[in-house]
Amino acid sequence: MKALEVQDLNVFYGSIHALKGISFHVNQGEIVSLIGANGAGKTTTLRAISGIVESTGQILLHGKTLKNVKTCERVSLGLAQSPEGRGVFPNLTVMENLQMGAYSRSDKNEIQKNLEHCFILFPRMKERQKQLAGTLSGGEQQMLAISRALMSAPKVLLLDEPSLGLAPLIVAQIFEIIKKVNQEGMTVLLVEQNARMALKISHRAYVIETGKVTLEGKGEDLLNNDEVRRSYLGG
Amino acid sequence: MKKPLLALIGLIFVGFLIDLSFDAFIQLTLIYVLINMILAMSLNLVSGFTGQFSLGHAGFMAAGAYASAFLSTIFPMNPGPMQFVYFLFYAIAGGAVAGLAGYLVGLPTLRLRGDYLAIVTLGFGEIIRVILLNTKTVGGARGMYGITGPTDFTLGSWTISKFLIGYAHAIFWVVACFVVIWRIIRSHHGRAFLSVREDEIAAEAMGIHTTQTKVRAFVLSSFFAGVAGSIFAHYANYLNPASFSFNRSVDAVIMVVLGGMGSLSGSLMAATIITILPEALRPLQEITGVDLRMVIYSLALILLMILRPKGLMGTKEVNEFWRKYVRKTS
Repeated sequence: MKALEVQDLNVFYGSIHALKGISFHVNQGEIVSLIGANGAGKTTTLRAISGIVESTGQILLHGKTLKNVKTCERVSLGLAQSPEGRGVFPNLTVMENLQMGAYSRSDKNEIQKNLEHCFILFPRMKERQKQLAGTLSGGEQQMLAISRALMSAPKVLLLDEPSLGLAPLIVAQIFEIIKKVNQEGMTVLLVEQNARMALKISHRAYVIETGKVTLEGKGEDLLNNDEVRRSYLGG
Repeated sequence: MKKPLLALIGLIFVGFLIDLSFDAFIQLTLIYVLINMILAMSLNLVSGFTGQFSLGHAGFMAAGAYASAFLSTIFPMNPGPMQFVYFLFYAIAGGAVAGLAGYLVGLPTLRLRGDYLAIVTLGFGEIIRVILLNTKTVGGARGMYGITGPTDFTLGSWTISKFLIGYAHAIFWVVACFVVIWRIIRSHHGRAFLSVREDEIAAEAMGIHTTQTKVRAFVLSSFFAGVAGSIFAHYANYLNPASFSFNRSVDAVIMVVLGGMGSLSGSLMAATIITILPEALRPLQEITGVDLRMVIYSLALILLMILRPKGLMGTKEVNEFWRKYVRKTS
């Protein structure tokens, strides 16, 4: 079953045609990666899905169109995003950040359950819950951004460059957690420049070049694809 | 505040003390301090907590002041023990008019960011002033005279003075404004205000309707600015559009920045300093024969901003410093 389907997505930044008719889908329970170079349109695709930038074309969440649905309303429909560059609220505490993640929900018991689950996934967050988010290390901020997104109990989790600016060891940890979240049943759409890491954990992946999907396939197949190896994995 | 009743008795006691021991000039300055406190706290909600730079706060104060004064000509006050209720009524009405103005201005403009918002709010403040300047029914450029204000009245053998009524009314609103903003900032909706300040895109991605959130903060803020205007109108008994010039908006911004963007207790302190300092420096002018007031005033501000660039309190409140200090010493 398709959890998220994107058909012929077009985005313009002024006169620049950033996305030229991208189509892809994410099945329920999958991790799907969008990989590609700088400026290929990966982040733009995510932003179009979450509604931060305007787009034309179809975006379907569990078969329902997101046309004319405001950004803030998409969260309660089940889309949660961990934005590029983490986007934590630096002067709020870790706890307050997590509470903001659950802003669109009202059931306190469920939120509490979700919070405890987040603390199991990210024990570090529990230790630091009273600390200001701006004082966390980069890796911890990324963990916070992901757990904050999970706090809205999404159906599809959108992750924008979770490896950005992090040490390899931390990146491996973060990807472990993404895998774990997925194994618990979460559908994940991952946007990554670190193609090797992304492809390793992905069920399927799409390669985006200058606003178009040029290649798609299973994660491991793409890992062994000559062209992908040459362009994105360093030979 | 652990013991609100004790604090209340304390405030009443201070009121009586000031009533008995100081002259009308100092009493008037004190009322201005309280008015500026409300003004600063309300602007802090928009600028400090929600991160929207507004330069038109005097406009909302003017809207509240004139609305309240005008209302008092339609529903004249009954001098006596009930006058407090009248003032409350005028203030709420003035605040509501200002809040409505805030809503109308905020809806289209709060989609803007940073400098653009500052320019639009600045323009709005001037528009209100010019409209008032040209409206004959509220006196136009001559101003509005004889606005009903608090009057002395006797209660048994006690005489309650004009000052005490004004003081009680102003204090009531200072406390109300403080408590409302304090509680809101620590609530579900308040965290939405803070997150809009911190990162608007991330806030939107969390499901916060950012424009709506900003409009809410703006409306509440202009309500309290209107209340401050109402207190001002009835205590001064006279209104003139010139009182609500751009300078007053800037004064409010100075108070917020000086006290610390995002610190209510900082706003209270800064309002006190900014109001009292120019008055306290008046005797200096008599001694030296030169008007050094503004020189010293601005020097003091520059020094403060060099020494404490985040304002007196930063984003912290007095009780947080207090706790730290107690922990260190014990």
